Amino acid sequence: MIDLLGYGAFFLTIALSYAIICLGLNVQWGQAGLFNVGVAGFVAIGAYVSGLLTTPALAGRVGGFSLPIPIGWAAAMVAGAVLSYALGWLTIRLRSDYLAITTFGFAVTAQLAALNLERLTGGPFGMSFIPRPFSAFAADPLRFGLFNLGLVALVLLAMFLAVERLSSSPFGRVLRAIREDETAAVSLGKDAKHFRLKAFALGGALMALGGAVQAHFIGFIAPDNYLPLLTFQVWTMLIVGGSGNNLGAVVGAVVVWALWAVSASAIGALVPADQQARGASLQIVLIGVALCVILLLRPRGLIGERRTISRFADGRGDTRWRRLRRPDR
Amino acid sequence: MSPQAIVDGLVAGSMIGLGAIGVTLTYSILRFANFAHGEFIAWGAYFALALVSVLGIGMEPLGPFSFGWLLPLAAIVAAVLAGGLAILLDRLLFSSFRARGSATIIMVIASFGASMALRALLEFVFTSKPVYFTRELQIAVRFGGGLRATPDQILMLATTVVLVVAIHLLLTRTAIGRQMRAVSENPVLARVAGVDVGKVVRTVWFLGGALAAAAGVMAGLLVQIRPYMGFDLLLPLFAAAILGGIGSVPGAILGGIVVGLCEALAVQTIGAEWRAAAAFAVLTAVLVLRPQGLFGKARR
Amino acid sequence: MSAAAVPSPALAVAGLVAGYERDLPIVKGVDLVVGAGEFLAILGPNGAGKSTLAKAIAGLVSIHSGELALGTRDIAGLPAHELVRSGLAFVPQTENIFATLTIQENLQLCADVLPAARRGERIEAAYAMFPDLGARRTIAAGALSGGQRQMLATARALLVEPSVMILDEPSAGLSPKLVGEVFETLLRINEQGVTVILVEQNVRAALAVTRSALVLCDGRVVHRGPAAGLADDPRLGEMFLGRYEGQAA
Repeated sequence: MIDLLGYGAFFLTIALSYAIICLGLNVQWGQAGLFNVGVAGFVAIGAYVSGLLTTPALAGRVGGFSLPIPIGWAAAMVAGAVLSYALGWLTIRLRSDYLAITTFGFAVTAQLAALNLERLTGGPFGMSFIPRPFSAFAADPLRFGLFNLGLVALVLLAMFLAVERLSSSPFGRVLRAIREDETAAVSLGKDAKHFRLKAFALGGALMALGGAVQAHFIGFIAPDNYLPLLTFQVWTMLIVGGSGNNLGAVVGAVVVWALWAVSASAIGALVPADQQARGASLQIVLIGVALCVILLLRPRGLIGERRTISRFADGRGDTRWRRLRRPDR
Repeated sequence: MSPQAIVDGLVAGSMIGLGAIGVTLTYSILRFANFAHGEFIAWGAYFALALVSVLGIGMEPLGPFSFGWLLPLAAIVAAVLAGGLAILLDRLLFSSFRARGSATIIMVIASFGASMALRALLEFVFTSKPVYFTRELQIAVRFGGGLRATPDQILMLATTVVLVVAIHLLLTRTAIGRQMRAVSENPVLARVAGVDVGKVVRTVWFLGGALAAAAGVMAGLLVQIRPYMGFDLLLPLFAAAILGGIGSVPGAILGGIVVGLCEALAVQTIGAEWRAAAAFAVLTAVLVLRPQGLFGKARR
Repeated sequence: MSAAAVPSPALAVAGLVAGYERDLPIVKGVDLVVGAGEFLAILGPNGAGKSTLAKAIAGLVSIHSGELALGTRDIAGLPAHELVRSGLAFVPQTENIFATLTIQENLQLCADVLPAARRGERIEAAYAMFPDLGARRTIAAGALSGGQRQMLATARALLVEPSVMILDEPSAGLSPKLVGEVFETLLRINEQGVTVILVEQNVRAALAVTRSALVLCDGRVVHRGPAAGLADDPRLGEMFLGRYEGQAA
């Protein structure tokens, strides 16, 4: 019973840290319509920046300033915001999928840097001794787990409320207006580019925060944590939950992480040890197919967006193909 | 830059270029960045590998090359199969999005999901262990001035030239090429002008898949075959296609060669572990300096 | 010459309902018989569904219900590119040429639907009809002026020797002098036996060349008859006006 509770707390803590990342993606995609294929890169930046600042100094490694955890988290957010602003600035005037390609390249490069900048990141061996919140209780796993769960839930709640408030603010309304119809929003005198860049930076900050929270909960990070698979998982969470809906992003994160954990342990139990790798591949195949099927059948996700009726989910297509449909009598 | 790095860069660049032609064609005609394109490269290589290992004949090295007569034949079959795979993916996934006029980005997400699934399927069937077409060692031919290239490398450069010229002629001189350009400019008008847009779309997917398979077999021969081989090439492919200008076949191949040479330069000057960052550097530079690419028209 | 006097229909439309969204029809039940050799103007106020009707006939807008026959052939639901092969040519209002292709390629593209032996001959016939184009075959069509573009679009449509040719506002964006030239050309084409259907905003100019007219209002036919005299018919004004009153209400 205690074990189960402990596992539950562990599972939920991880799930909620994904929810923070997913919330960030929702600000970028759901609110501003900006497509980020480099989620893993921003999560990694957050984890490593916070890790560098908070870990104790270690011989042969740059960094290790033993700073308090909140400073690490704040710095992670700043780093995530600055980097996403820069990438957004580079591509925001171009076609929407150029941003996708650029963020994808960024994630590849970030992972490469984590792997190769050994003196800074620990290279392939990763970075350990990242301070864990409530480490004083580490001897009592249940209490430690519950406290951490509480902390991550609080951080998520704060971010959730902030993003919700933002969505219903004029800023959020303008963002959605731009997302629905950029030409109209621009002609109304709103600086669409500027608004979207801000949203993109905010989303990047949330992703980095999620990465930092995760890193501190586990206490150890390595480049392998930040493969494109992570980006894919977070996207699946958002699509399942329904883009444009902050609550959906949180629910999607928990649901998909649960499915992921259950299917992983099912594979662990059912598949013979020498075939485990294959089982894991099959898991990815199934999730990939599921993502496509949801996009085909329920493009607004399980919960979907409230208030505005989004044409974006299955409307606003490429004008060249859509010229077939648009009424222009 | 040493002469050897130039040869390596040219060979890698021609592989990237072949893949980028498919990216640029599907991009200009279907108007979205297909993140699953790299998987056609990997699937093409595995199709050829499966054929070669199942048949198990014609493995004796052919003349100066490292492979037997079966591999070129298997490569052709693999190209056809990969082309078919691309058409199948369009039929199952992208055509539905097009029919309902989905946003470009929805198709990009779907292609991202499809890429994950396709790659994991390869891992499921073949495991992630690297495999090889051949274990033969090759003696490099010396050209003087420190320039060396293996017969395989020379053959690959020649094959690339032939394929690129063929595709260029197809686009500029044939009816289907004209139709492809017409659909790329205006799909509705193309229909009114009597073009079977569905046929053009299938042709584009087939060409993209087949060329990707050609690049995959080359990559398999020069390096190794892994499920991730295509995904790892994706960034260089996009960088090359954007550098060349979306829709331009000569641009794609030139972009591929530039990216290949930059990679070789990075390997030489910074270290092999940073190879993958070279494509990102090229991409960033293009987006800042000339987002429409070398041969592209300014267009949003 | 009244439409009823023409015996064999070139195009027959019955109960046609069409639009871009399933629950939002724009053409709301149109019956129309166009006789072979007729020169028909489709008129109506903005938003009456003129263009949508033309596009639905040409296979570009989905048909919700109704029947459509070209000659004796049922064409409802046929894809646009097949309609071209069956002899129905459509010239869209804007972007009706391929700017990145040369003039020759624009024509070749269309000629490809013909049997190989006839392609060269039809392209030469097009150049004979429009010598301006023949003189500049290898330049990109994007370099042409507005009037020349309309010529190329018309030449392209004629290439397949259509029985019916539908033009969506060919006068849009052209100077009055050029409009006259374009309509003259259409008259010539009609005199060669092609049934021409002209969707127009430019009511007076259209009625000056066409022989019959159809007035569409809110997706329905409100008038069908000879063109002669219609321009001065006070009822025409009412038909247009009625629409505006309806909107204001």
